[in-house]
Amino acid sequence: MSAQTAQDRHAGFVHAVDTTLLPPPDREIAVLGRVRADGDRQVVVTHLRRAATEVRRRAIQTVGAAGAGHIGGEFSITDALVTLYLAVMNISPEQVEAGDPERDRLVLSKGHAANALYTTLAVGGFIHPEALRTFLQPESMLNGHPARSKLTAVEASTGPLGHGLPIAVGMALAARMDGSSRRTFVLLGDGELQEGSNWEAFMTAGHQRLDHLVAVVDRNRLQQGAKVAETNDLEPLADKLRAFNWEVVEIDGNDHGSLLDAFAGVPAASGRPTFVIAHTDKGYPVSYMRDNVAWHHKVPNPDQVAQALAELDTILDGIGKDPQ
Amino acid sequence: MNASTAVRPALHDCRDTWAATLADVASKDPRVVAVVNDSVGSSKLGGFQKEFADRTINVGIAEQDMVGIGAGLANGGRIPFVSAAACFLTARAMEQIKADVAYSQYNVKLVGQSPGVAYGDLGPTHHSIEDFGWLRTLPGLVVVAPADPRETEQVVRWAASHEGPVYIRVSRMGVPDVYPEDYTFTPGRAVALRDGDDVTIIATGTTVCRALDAAELLSAGGVEARVLSMPTIKPLDTDAVVAAARETAGIVTVEEALVTGLGGAVAETVVAHHPCPVRTIGFHDTFATTGSAEWLLDHIGASPSGIADVAREMVRAR
Repeated sequence: MSAQTAQDRHAGFVHAVDTTLLPPPDREIAVLGRVRADGDRQVVVTHLRRAATEVRRRAIQTVGAAGAGHIGGEFSITDALVTLYLAVMNISPEQVEAGDPERDRLVLSKGHAANALYTTLAVGGFIHPEALRTFLQPESMLNGHPARSKLTAVEASTGPLGHGLPIAVGMALAARMDGSSRRTFVLLGDGELQEGSNWEAFMTAGHQRLDHLVAVVDRNRLQQGAKVAETNDLEPLADKLRAFNWEVVEIDGNDHGSLLDAFAGVPAASGRPTFVIAHTDKGYPVSYMRDNVAWHHKVPNPDQVAQALAELDTILDGIGKDPQ
Repeated sequence: MNASTAVRPALHDCRDTWAATLADVASKDPRVVAVVNDSVGSSKLGGFQKEFADRTINVGIAEQDMVGIGAGLANGGRIPFVSAAACFLTARAMEQIKADVAYSQYNVKLVGQSPGVAYGDLGPTHHSIEDFGWLRTLPGLVVVAPADPRETEQVVRWAASHEGPVYIRVSRMGVPDVYPEDYTFTPGRAVALRDGDDVTIIATGTTVCRALDAAELLSAGGVEARVLSMPTIKPLDTDAVVAAARETAGIVTVEEALVTGLGGAVAETVVAHHPCPVRTIGFHDTFATTGSAEWLLDHIGASPSGIADVAREMVRAR
């Protein structure tokens, strides 16, 4: 089957082209769809845990097949992406397709985690899973960084760091002008916060009291080639954001229950925008990758893919049997 | 008529027209908003801010933030006019213009105020002679420089109705009316303001009036110059340029910018379609020296007599 036919029958692509297909994964990712965030907590968390693990299973095979990607930072942000797209946000494939102005917005400012975004969109039913086999291939809609001009589910083209937050501030201002309660979420890397444009936007959002704006920082403590703390330290990060008039929440960013709780607190009673410091591990939860700076954009070899799949399958096997 | 009784045409600051037009457009279309970088005064938007307080976003001195916010507002269905001194808007926020506006194809209107050497004696940090060259390289971005108030009004109205990113260069240096009352701006089209088959002068924005004066001088000496106003630097009116290349001795371009703007665009077109002599008047790989805007334009040969000299030379060499 060509990518053309797969894309033709599915929503989400601005345009479709015939392109090379990467070798298939061991099994294609299932479209697990959404779950109500306010449903039974155990059911919600189980769904998200399964989805996040499936996303990682699929994403590492994509990177292995394509021979490129940013797997470490994709694994650290996967839980936030899955929690937002599958449970928290007011968004559905139908809303995206129709351009529903009241849909919640998400900007992946750390655009190099595109593969995690695409795979989350696939597990959520926003793009066809087979499209993942076009990642980085000639004329694919799936660039190494997400493009608004190629995927309708992408709200802003990102890649150069420090761009997503100002755009999200604009989205939140538009929502307020509309008198809408729609929310805007922006996912940032921690190294990315070294870009000065973020601090311009932090100031504006605090000044404007954009209480329906949520910035999540993927605090995996590692940037491309070194620790953030050793490169250009961010600390005291929470204090800085409080001083910029943001509400600050610190959580385990690889824990779905903690993520759900953090997002349930929006809008904050203080009327301030919410800054979620999501403490994560780069490469989570794969043993050889976890908290290892080498895995910023290292490509796993077949043995490493197999080992990661075995570890992720162990997690999948335990889901439902071992209540959290 | 002698010099002492000559009636000089009234000169206009196109920012006044820009501001009045934006207010009118905003009064009819609730989607229109202004985004500024502490430039309410220099964008002449004081009145707009009073009338549309909830549709004026002043981010302070933060141009990257300003342009990104414009893209986000466009995502929310607004029509943002992001207005700032052209030098800061384009240079400081160039990557936002590239990625958030042009590449993302967001419906953002970028309005560069007081461009070129309008801030003449403040020095090259405050000049915006690079903007044409930089912005015309960005795929999908329309680049327009109105030449007088009538055109400024039409360009602002057109930009509000057009779906897609646009850069508008609004002049501060005084310009006379150059277009007839029945003029209609057509994006991507040159305007023949004077017919002639000896040589062609192509100008844009503030230099159009100078090109017309140059044509008067040439005509007095028996040389009939075609004068094309080129409000749209991108997409360029290829047909008009190629016709000029075919039908006249050559083309002289005149711009208040580095010649990588209009001059470069015309030269590329001529080389590709119908090679002919091209001379570019503007800044040539140099930052401007100190002086008023008018003085600087005269200084680089963009005076009526300077333009006429170059055109005459081209006709002689035919």
